[in-house]
Amino acid sequence: MTTLPINMYETVSEDAVKVWFKAASVSKFPKNGGACIKYKNLQIAIFNFTREGNWYACQNLCPHKMEMVLSRGMIGEENMEAKVACPLHKNNFSLKTGKHLNGDLDSIATYPIKIEDGFVYVGFSD
Amino acid sequence: MKTIVVVGNGMVGYKFCEKFIAQADHTKYKLIVFGEEPRVAYDRVHLSEFFEDGDAERLSLAPRSWYEENKIDLYTNERVSEIHRASKTITTSNNLSFHYDHLVLATGSAPFVPPITGVEKKGVFVYRTIEDLEETLAYAETVKGGRAAILGGGLLGLEAAKAVMDMGLEPHVVEFAPKLMPRQLDSRSSKVLQVKLESMGINIHLSKATNQILGNGKITGMEFGEDDTLDVDMLVISAGIRPRDELGKSAGLELGTRGGIVVNNKMETSDPDILAIGEVALYNQMIYGLVAPGYEMAQVAVDQILGKEEVVMAEEIDMSTKLKLIGVDVASFGIPFMPADKGHSIIFENKTESLYKRINVSHDGKKLLGGILVGDADDYNMLLQMYQNEMPLPEQPEALIIGSRGEGGSSFGSAMDLPDTAVVCSCEAVTKGAICCSVLEDGNENLKAVAKATKAATGCGGCKPMVSDLITESLKTLGKTVKVQICEHFEYSRQELFDLVKLRNIKDYDELLDTVGKGHGCEVCKPAVAAIFASIYNETANKQETIQDSNDRFLANIQRNGTYSIVPRVAGGEITPKQLMAMGRIAQKYDLYTKITGGQRIDMFGAKLHELPLIWEELINEGFETGQAYGKSLRTVKSCVGSTWCRYGMDESVSFAIEIENRYKGIRSPHKFKGGVSGCIRECAEARGKDFGFIAVEGGWNVYVGGNGGANPKHAILLAEKVDKETAITYVDRFIMFYIKTALPLQRTAAWLDKLEGGITYLQNVVINDSLGIVEELDQEMQALVDSYKCEWKEAVETPEIRERYTHFVNSEATDDNIEFVALREQKMPKEWV
Repeated sequence: MTTLPINMYETVSEDAVKVWFKAASVSKFPKNGGACIKYKNLQIAIFNFTREGNWYACQNLCPHKMEMVLSRGMIGEENMEAKVACPLHKNNFSLKTGKHLNGDLDSIATYPIKIEDGFVYVGFSD
Repeated sequence: MKTIVVVGNGMVGYKFCEKFIAQADHTKYKLIVFGEEPRVAYDRVHLSEFFEDGDAERLSLAPRSWYEENKIDLYTNERVSEIHRASKTITTSNNLSFHYDHLVLATGSAPFVPPITGVEKKGVFVYRTIEDLEETLAYAETVKGGRAAILGGGLLGLEAAKAVMDMGLEPHVVEFAPKLMPRQLDSRSSKVLQVKLESMGINIHLSKATNQILGNGKITGMEFGEDDTLDVDMLVISAGIRPRDELGKSAGLELGTRGGIVVNNKMETSDPDILAIGEVALYNQMIYGLVAPGYEMAQVAVDQILGKEEVVMAEEIDMSTKLKLIGVDVASFGIPFMPADKGHSIIFENKTESLYKRINVSHDGKKLLGGILVGDADDYNMLLQMYQNEMPLPEQPEALIIGSRGEGGSSFGSAMDLPDTAVVCSCEAVTKGAICCSVLEDGNENLKAVAKATKAATGCGGCKPMVSDLITESLKTLGKTVKVQICEHFEYSRQELFDLVKLRNIKDYDELLDTVGKGHGCEVCKPAVAAIFASIYNETANKQETIQDSNDRFLANIQRNGTYSIVPRVAGGEITPKQLMAMGRIAQKYDLYTKITGGQRIDMFGAKLHELPLIWEELINEGFETGQAYGKSLRTVKSCVGSTWCRYGMDESVSFAIEIENRYKGIRSPHKFKGGVSGCIRECAEARGKDFGFIAVEGGWNVYVGGNGGANPKHAILLAEKVDKETAITYVDRFIMFYIKTALPLQRTAAWLDKLEGGITYLQNVVINDSLGIVEELDQEMQALVDSYKCEWKEAVETPEIRERYTHFVNSEATDDNIEFVALREQKMPKEWV
């Protein structure tokens, strides 16, 4: 791979979902932590925010140095807005809006997510 | 015994008493005080607070019992009616008679009531005493919902406007001058204030001369000119003050043409046995209506009576003032209005935010001459200090008024930069030196205690923020950081949290958050709490993996491209050829880049997440264990080769290093920590550049603590000299444990020791002399950590659920195709970042 897949990641809104991809069993995702799934050639970070009772999905690529690491970051909350801290340089991104919270990097793409029959589904537009 | 009679029990009269009893020998002097009000002296400056709770007691400066305790005869409700200078006696309205050796007139002032037709009508009040307020309040009840005018748009008038608004009336301020607060503000700042007050519902009428008060028996309106009237149901007059100089007048003391008893710089009136202080005294042909000069006069009077003749009133009196008017900051200092031939003015104005800032600067731009602040007076104290101490201005003086908003920071230095002689509290004339001394030497640690001890911030209260800063900064120099909260989720310092976890035996992050924290945590508190759990229960990072920093979660050091590096422990840097070959074989098999680290071990780079357990399984089979290079924990104990090989060696440094590294391995702490052992004073192991170090000398080991390399290199400091190995270990055990329990998150031992009150001497007392009586506990805690060590990588590879974490995708066997390496000197490195 030589070109970086920066524009491969675009936020998908709930009503734009064409495919609900059955990613993995919920047991694959640690409580209050994340793991990465593969969909086509995309890497998607999925977070099981147990304390909040929510699941989040976003690109695994940190827009800072273009490394596939966000799923390994710590999650938490700032003013009750769920966020992930990149493990490389602690850049914080909102898991709701994808916005970079402690700087002005590009936002990360976020994806709709749902849980059905013990499985995690991520919504894609194609 | 000499008798001092004080006429007047207001703020200045009280201050005189307070200062007098503090300085004078009470067996030699008798103090007799007369007050015409029924109450003992109270804080008139904060009179409008009376409305908030109607509690007059709260305003009193000292209870009646205080006068008794200090053997002061206090007569309230007793007006002094005459002075007989020839016989040195006074008589009161109740015909009591007293002799005096010194008479102090502190009769203050009365509201000035202009001679307007109809001022005697019902519903017209003045604003000065608690009784005035009570009467006004009672009348306001009868006209609730109506309108009230305030005659006078000065400082007190605006306070009164707030008061009538609180009474449920519509306030109308009527001012003769074309602007509000004409004495303190220039036209533009006055306008800014006016717009702000109007937006709050206060009506303002400027350039109005009141001709008469309308109404039949009780007020119904005010007339300013033909066809220019204002209907009102009540009027509060606040048109300035007139000194209560009638006693002086009848006694034949020299008065000013517009009233006031003339005094010299010793506060003496034309009769040297009679002093006058406060708002009745005319000094430099001025009446000073502020608390600070009044208190200063009280001090001068006390000193003069006690024979300290050199203490006199300053020639120029600072009229700087800051107050919160109806919630709006207003301040002026130095020369607020300045003619252009004296200097330049820099003005910042923002009407939409009701902000106005003006500073007057000398022509050469070097000195601050004065200024005005409206809307935001946070910088008042620093500006005042710069003015008073003639401190040099920054190159761009405008930064003083605009810098602090734009960047959120202040362009001033710390309050600690002020000279010790700088007067921080001008009401009580307390210097920066006195405040810091109260903290550093007398052990006062909060505003309340310092205020009690020094009286700073007990007058107008304007200096409170600066006093607080000085206390905080002084405490910091003692190593007592004023509560450093971990993050928004825990309102505790690390040490407090440590104690809470231990005390309540909490073992789970969520439980801790639920019991003593709030919200859902973040990347700051999670690893800090993880370290606390590790220090108390010695649990490995595998147990609560999602609260660990990423490196701890995967037990490896994440590198530039998201791959990891692996560092097995090589205690003391001693490694066998067989181990070297094993490591080489494994590194070659997984195509890892290898390098010797600064801590005398071998780092293997470029392992993908899923390869970590595979590599570690092989390393463990070869007898290696984790080196915790990823953790905030013991890294290595570096050693020189020591007496086993070296011809200079005094002792076996390698053996000692191996022993101590194995002792502390796996122990997690606020930050990483390292050790060193040198076999002689040539110090080849650089032990003094480590958190703890041992150096062999004739007769034992020297023990050093609190050093580090890195960005702020620091040599470790001698803790103990020429002790045997066991003693050396015991001391370092306690040092580490004490550090683990009390340091801030991510604070190395050097910074911790630096901030520790009493420094190395204190530490010696704690760990050697057991001054805190905790060494037994520290010893037990350390031994528990040592005894419960286990290799967390062994635990990981042997536990299927933990092993499962090491996968890049949870839904695919594929690996991360984003990782790319390029060749480097027969090895490899990550592809450059884009």
